[in-house]
Amino acid sequence: MSTFFTAALNRAERLSRILLSLPPGLYLLLFFAVPSLMMLFASFRFSGEYGGLAPWYYIDDGGITLDLTLENWQRLFETDIYLSLLIKSLAYALVTTLICVLMAYPIALMIARSQKRYRDLLLLLVILPFWSNFLVRIYAWMIIFSPQGALTAALNAVTSSFGLEPISLMFSSTAVIVCLVYVHLPFMILPLYANLEKHDHRLLDAAQDLGANRFQCFWLITWPLSLPGIYAGAVLVFIPSLGIFAIPDLLGGTDGIMIGNVIKQQFVESRDWPFGSVLSLVLTAITLVLVLVAAKLGSPAGENNGKK
Amino acid sequence: MLEIIDVSRRFGDFVALDKVSLHIEAGEFFTLLGPSGCGKTTLLRLIAGFDQADNGEILLDGKSLTALTPEQRPVHTVFQSYALFPHMTVAENIAFPLRMAKKAKPVIDAMVREILEDVRLPDKANHYPDELSGGQKQRIAIARALVNRPRLLLLDEPLSALDAKLREQMQIELINLQKEIGITFVYVTHDQGEALALSHRIAVMNKGEISQIDEPSVLYSCPDNRFVADFIGQCNLLDATVVATGEKNLRIAIKGLGELDVCTNPEIEFLAGDNCALTLRPEKIRLAAQLVADDNEVLFSGQVHDMLYLGDVTVYIIELANGVLIEAMLANDAPGRTRLFDTGDAVQIAWRTDAGHLVR
Repeated sequence: MSTFFTAALNRAERLSRILLSLPPGLYLLLFFAVPSLMMLFASFRFSGEYGGLAPWYYIDDGGITLDLTLENWQRLFETDIYLSLLIKSLAYALVTTLICVLMAYPIALMIARSQKRYRDLLLLLVILPFWSNFLVRIYAWMIIFSPQGALTAALNAVTSSFGLEPISLMFSSTAVIVCLVYVHLPFMILPLYANLEKHDHRLLDAAQDLGANRFQCFWLITWPLSLPGIYAGAVLVFIPSLGIFAIPDLLGGTDGIMIGNVIKQQFVESRDWPFGSVLSLVLTAITLVLVLVAAKLGSPAGENNGKK
Repeated sequence: MLEIIDVSRRFGDFVALDKVSLHIEAGEFFTLLGPSGCGKTTLLRLIAGFDQADNGEILLDGKSLTALTPEQRPVHTVFQSYALFPHMTVAENIAFPLRMAKKAKPVIDAMVREILEDVRLPDKANHYPDELSGGQKQRIAIARALVNRPRLLLLDEPLSALDAKLREQMQIELINLQKEIGITFVYVTHDQGEALALSHRIAVMNKGEISQIDEPSVLYSCPDNRFVADFIGQCNLLDATVVATGEKNLRIAIKGLGELDVCTNPEIEFLAGDNCALTLRPEKIRLAAQLVADDNEVLFSGQVHDMLYLGDVTVYIIELANGVLIEAMLANDAPGRTRLFDTGDAVQIAWRTDAGHLVR
C-alpha cells in the first residue's frame, strides 16, 4: 500500500472517530460538564435571602466587587457530621453492592444456564418490579416493615418465645439496606447474566476434563471470567445507592439517613444551595473516581484477560 | 488397553450408538472416522465421561470407567474449539491439569517448560490465548492435554478449524508427537484424508455402528462394504449380481454393462444370484483413446461426459453404454499435459479383474 494511501486512510479513520464520539461528547458536555461547572461556581457563592443564590458581584462606587467565598468548603471540612455521613453512605452502598452480588450471582447463573426458551421469561420476572412505580414499591416495604406488618409480627413472635424484646424494623438502617438491595438487585442481575450467558460451556468441560471438580470449575473459570459483569453491575448498584434519598427518607428515620438526604435538605428545606453544591460535588467526584476504577477493571482488555 | 464393549447410547428416538465394541492397543493412534451424526463424538464423550452409556461397558486397563467422573479419569481431551482458558496465560493454561493434580510448583514449572519445548512454542509462555494464531492455539491445547501424561488422549476434530496448509503441517507434528510421547491417541474426524494420513488403525462409523476397523491401507483397498468404499476416497460403486462362482474369479452381471469377471473376495463368500457391488478406485482404471486389453482385463468404450481438473490429476467421468458413469483418473505428470481429452471425446477404459473389490 502506498504511503499516500495509508496516510489518507489514517486521516479518514481519525475523522470518523471524531465524528462518532461527537454525539456522546456533546451529551456529556451539556448534561454533565456544564451543570458540574455551574455547581462548582455555585459552591463559591453565598446563598440568597430566600433560597437560591446571592449575586456573585455587586457594583458600588469603587467599581465591581466580587462576592465569592470559601466558607462553604470550610464548613464541609470543619464539621465532622458531613464527612462521617459520607463515609456511612459509602458503607451502605458497599454493603448493598456486596449483598447484591451474593444474591444476584446464583440468580444470574441459574438464568444463564437454564434452557433458552425459559430465559426470556425469567428475565422478564427480574424486571417485572419496574412495571410499578418506585415510590409505590417503597411504600409497600413500609407496610411490610411496619410493627403490625406480617414480617415484624412473625419475627417478634419467634424472638419473644426466646424471651427477647420485640424489635422494630421500621426506620432503621436495616430497613434502608434491605430496600436498597431490593431496588437495585435487577441492576446487578442483568449485567451479570449478560456476561455469564456468553460463557463458553466447553471451557467448563475442558476444566473438568483436566481434573477440576465442580467447585474448582466455578472458582477458577466461571468466577474470574464473570468479573467484568460484576464490575458493571457494581457500578450500576453502588452509584445510585450512594446518592439515593427517597429510601432513607421513607424508611430510614433518623438512624438510616444518608448523604443524599442532606443534599436534598440543603436545596429544599435549608435553601442553602452553595453548601448543597459542595456536597453534590464531593459525591460526584467520589462517584467519578469509582466509575473510572470500575471501567479500568471491566474494560474489554480485562474481559479478555481477566486480570491485567 | 481401552476396551469398549457393547456400548449403546440413545437420545430419545435417535440411536447415537448401537452396541459398539472395539479394542484399542496401548500406544496406538486410533481414529474414529465417519460423517456427522455417526456417533463418533458421542463415543468420545462417553470415554471422556461427559456422557453415560445406556448399556455396555468401557474398560481402561481392565478397570471400568463407568463410576468415574470426567475429572477422575486419566483421560484428557483436545477440544475442537481448543477451549483454552482466555483469562490465563499459555503457561497457566498448561499448568492447569498439573495444579489440579496437586503437583509442586517447581515441578509444574519444569513440566510446563518441557512441554512448551515439545510443541515448539517456548517463547509464548506469558502470552494470552487471544494473542496466538490458530495453529499455536492448537499446539497449546494439545500441550495442555498431554502435560500430565494421561493414559489416553482424546482429540475431537482438532485440526478442522485450520486451513489446509497448516493442517498438513500439524498432521505431521501430531504423528511425531505421538511417536515421541507414546501416549495412546483416540482421534475423531470426518475427514477421511486426515484419518488415512494419521492413524495406525481406523474405525469407520456409520449411523451409530462400526462399519469396519482396519489399517488405513486395508480400509482403502479392501473395504468391507459399500459405505466404507464410498466414504474413504473416491470410488466407483457398481451394483451387480453374481452369475457364477469360481475358484479365483467370480462372474458378475452389472446392469447396463453386461457380464464380467472379478477376483473373489476372501472375506465374503458369494453365491450365484447374490446381489453385490463392485468397488473400483478411479486410479485403477486405464484410460486412453484406444486400448488393447490383455487377458485379465475388461474393456469398455464410452465417451467423456465431464472432467475435473485438480492440478496433479484430472478426473474424467466416462459415460459407457446405457448411461453407466465411471470415474477414471489420469495423472498430469507430463508438462502441459492437462487436457488429454475433451468432453464428448470417444475413449476406452479397462481395468484388471483384481482391480475391483467385491462387497455386498
